[in-house]
Amino acid sequence: MTLPRRTHPRPLDIVLGRVDLTHGGGGRAMAQLVDELFIAAFDNEALNRRNDQGAFDVPGGRMVMTTDGYVISPLFFPGGDIGSLAVHGTVNDVAMAGAVPISLSASFIIEEGFPLADLKRIVASMAKASKEAGVPVITGDTKVVEKGKGDGVFITTAGVGMVPPGVAISGDQARPGDVILVSGTMGDHGVAVMSQRESLGFETAILSDSAALHTLVAAMVTAAPGIRVLRDPTRGGLASTLNEIAGQSGIGMLIEEAAIPVRPEVKGACELLGLDPLYVANEGKLICICAEADAEALLTVMRGHPLGREAARIGACREDSHHFIQMRTAMGGNRVVDWLAGEQLPRIC
Amino acid sequence: MCLALPALVTELLPDDSAKVNLGGIAKTVSLALVDGVAVGDYVIVHVGYALSRIDPEEAAETLALFEQLGQFEAEPAA
Amino acid sequence: MKYIDEYRDGAKAQAIAGAIKAEADPARTYHLMEFCGGHTHAISRYGLEDLLPANVRMIHGPGCPVCVLPIGRIDAAIWLARQDGVTLCTYGDMLRVPGSQRLSLLKAKAEGCDIRMVYSTQDALKLAQSLPDRQVVFFAIGFETTTPPTAVALKQAKALDLKNFSVFCNHVLTPSAITQILDSPEVRTLGTVKLDGFIGPAHVSTIIGSRPYEYFAEEYQRPVVIAGFEPLDVMQAVRMLVRQINDGRFEVENEFSRAVTRDGNEKAKALVAELFELRRTFEWRGLGLVPYSALRIKEPYAAWDAERRWDVPQDSAPDNKACECGAILRGVKKPTDCKLFGTICTPENPMGSCMVSAEGACAAHWTYGRFRDVEMTRQ
Repeated sequence: MTLPRRTHPRPLDIVLGRVDLTHGGGGRAMAQLVDELFIAAFDNEALNRRNDQGAFDVPGGRMVMTTDGYVISPLFFPGGDIGSLAVHGTVNDVAMAGAVPISLSASFIIEEGFPLADLKRIVASMAKASKEAGVPVITGDTKVVEKGKGDGVFITTAGVGMVPPGVAISGDQARPGDVILVSGTMGDHGVAVMSQRESLGFETAILSDSAALHTLVAAMVTAAPGIRVLRDPTRGGLASTLNEIAGQSGIGMLIEEAAIPVRPEVKGACELLGLDPLYVANEGKLICICAEADAEALLTVMRGHPLGREAARIGACREDSHHFIQMRTAMGGNRVVDWLAGEQLPRIC
Repeated sequence: MCLALPALVTELLPDDSAKVNLGGIAKTVSLALVDGVAVGDYVIVHVGYALSRIDPEEAAETLALFEQLGQFEAEPAA
Repeated sequence: MKYIDEYRDGAKAQAIAGAIKAEADPARTYHLMEFCGGHTHAISRYGLEDLLPANVRMIHGPGCPVCVLPIGRIDAAIWLARQDGVTLCTYGDMLRVPGSQRLSLLKAKAEGCDIRMVYSTQDALKLAQSLPDRQVVFFAIGFETTTPPTAVALKQAKALDLKNFSVFCNHVLTPSAITQILDSPEVRTLGTVKLDGFIGPAHVSTIIGSRPYEYFAEEYQRPVVIAGFEPLDVMQAVRMLVRQINDGRFEVENEFSRAVTRDGNEKAKALVAELFELRRTFEWRGLGLVPYSALRIKEPYAAWDAERRWDVPQDSAPDNKACECGAILRGVKKPTDCKLFGTICTPENPMGSCMVSAEGACAAHWTYGRFRDVEMTRQ
């Protein structure tokens, strides 16, 4: 049963209005913001009850929970925004356990003076992402901080999901001989975001690959419940993620540079800035480590899914007490793909 | 030491600059250090400036030199 | 990408490697120095050393302007950034380089200094025009490739009579560095460092041309081959050097003929000569004081010289005593010869110049090549 919408004397001025400290104060102003902006957009049964929590039933079994803060700048980029990213990222973190996502929470920390038009745009984008993924935002929170104390808006989302029986996917499960797969091209998201940074000033048609991967994962888990590792190579890119996994599992890896899919424009942008695509963030791709016997079946399933058309086998795991990720370069030489120190910076040298 | 890339000049702009394209990425660069650049030329770009023009004939010759291998066969990498 | 992809053909690289192996005299070793950090990076990044026969060895030279900038100059840049009203603009490379007391521009930024990363001197100029209340200082670094872009900006600043723009000039010269290495006792007299030939820098040469290297080839009787940055360019240059060494020749050859001519870029050279003059001496990290190796801004442009606008500290800060960068930059030692390598000194915590930038010999070895050390100790 949906409760009737509360009415407020005047609707929010989306066109010219800005968030101010009263919107975080817990009073009528905040209620209006929550009603007209958040609840109207996310619109689901649990949320519409307007409680401080969202209630839902769960099947028995193993649950996973995850959370992430989204502080991306710029807020809007080709192919997405902080809102859609906040949904996709958290849905994906649930999915990387092989779990089926159930619901999300969303908390907003908004800087005083933030335009309501931008906030509405972000929330609409989140709602769209949430609905398309079939994972509702059932509870949330709103705070407003003084001007200068926030970068426009920060969003934190948490997500829960259920792990199907018989699935034990974890970063420490990779074994020597296992095969490494990626679901598609590397570096799209990072390049799309960088293209918006004025000081770098380049134009590109590259869109962020931000997407919810749970349906791809579901298909993969059905085809091969024995998948060892799933992870999405976000910050730090493919290279950092492989290094993480190698450390967790206590193994090394050997990958083929020529096998790693990278779009020509991403290559071009990385060349221009002196970046390595292996270290550039992705928001709609996954790495899968599986037994050799499962590799072909998984690749077929992945390539049959819209988000995995360019899935490729890039290498294999092996014994290595140093946990090196070694790569055979396109030239036939060898190099290590090291763990990135901090963020990659564009260079002139 | 100096990260510089060959890029295709796609448009000449006022203020001694040009639009260039590298692998689908478009960028505006300064032509202050080169003369007589035309649309269709390839220039070497470094920190937002064109440093020199690529000579297509020399480029072709260099590639041809790579081919000059006579009876030598490719060695598999160690 | 045209003029890039064709020079990255793996099969051709292997074929050229085959040619090198066939032409190299098995009775001798060839010690080739790639002067330029970009070549060091290309060699490591593509694992090209794996393609070369064991008797052809690459020695990494000091051609990395980030690596050779002394700590004192980084401290000075931080000092400038801390001055009232200053907005310091810098290329990305310099942000994480540690100065004294483990400070860096990035840390100074976190402290509250207004430090901005720019891709081009044009960005710095535009910033100065858009922020008339700030003093915009451009932290200029680099060899001859990067100097003309600074010259363009300075000239424009003068033409616009831009009062709030200045340049902190740290431009250095390639030939001086090569001389320093070739004149070092280990190379010239003692013969402890064998250097049989040089791979000359790619993009520096588009500006200065191939002519300046003719002196070295003649004076020090060693061949120089100017090479492009792509893997096939480097492989071909090695092949050309091996051939020259076998023939007993010491000429300057230009593998990068698609972009480099004998005279280089006259327009750029003229502009640089108009704006800059030689400093009598300049400290290079790892090499000490090198005469006539760096540039400063000429008198007519003094108003845009940050060192004249402010009394910038000229202190010299010493490197860690155990740091072997000096020897490594001169090709006398290898990264693994340094006690600090991989223990205290890593890319996250660089102690000396060779670890500081992606192209320094130590950084390149750590990032791309250190698995080889493990393999060697296993055997």
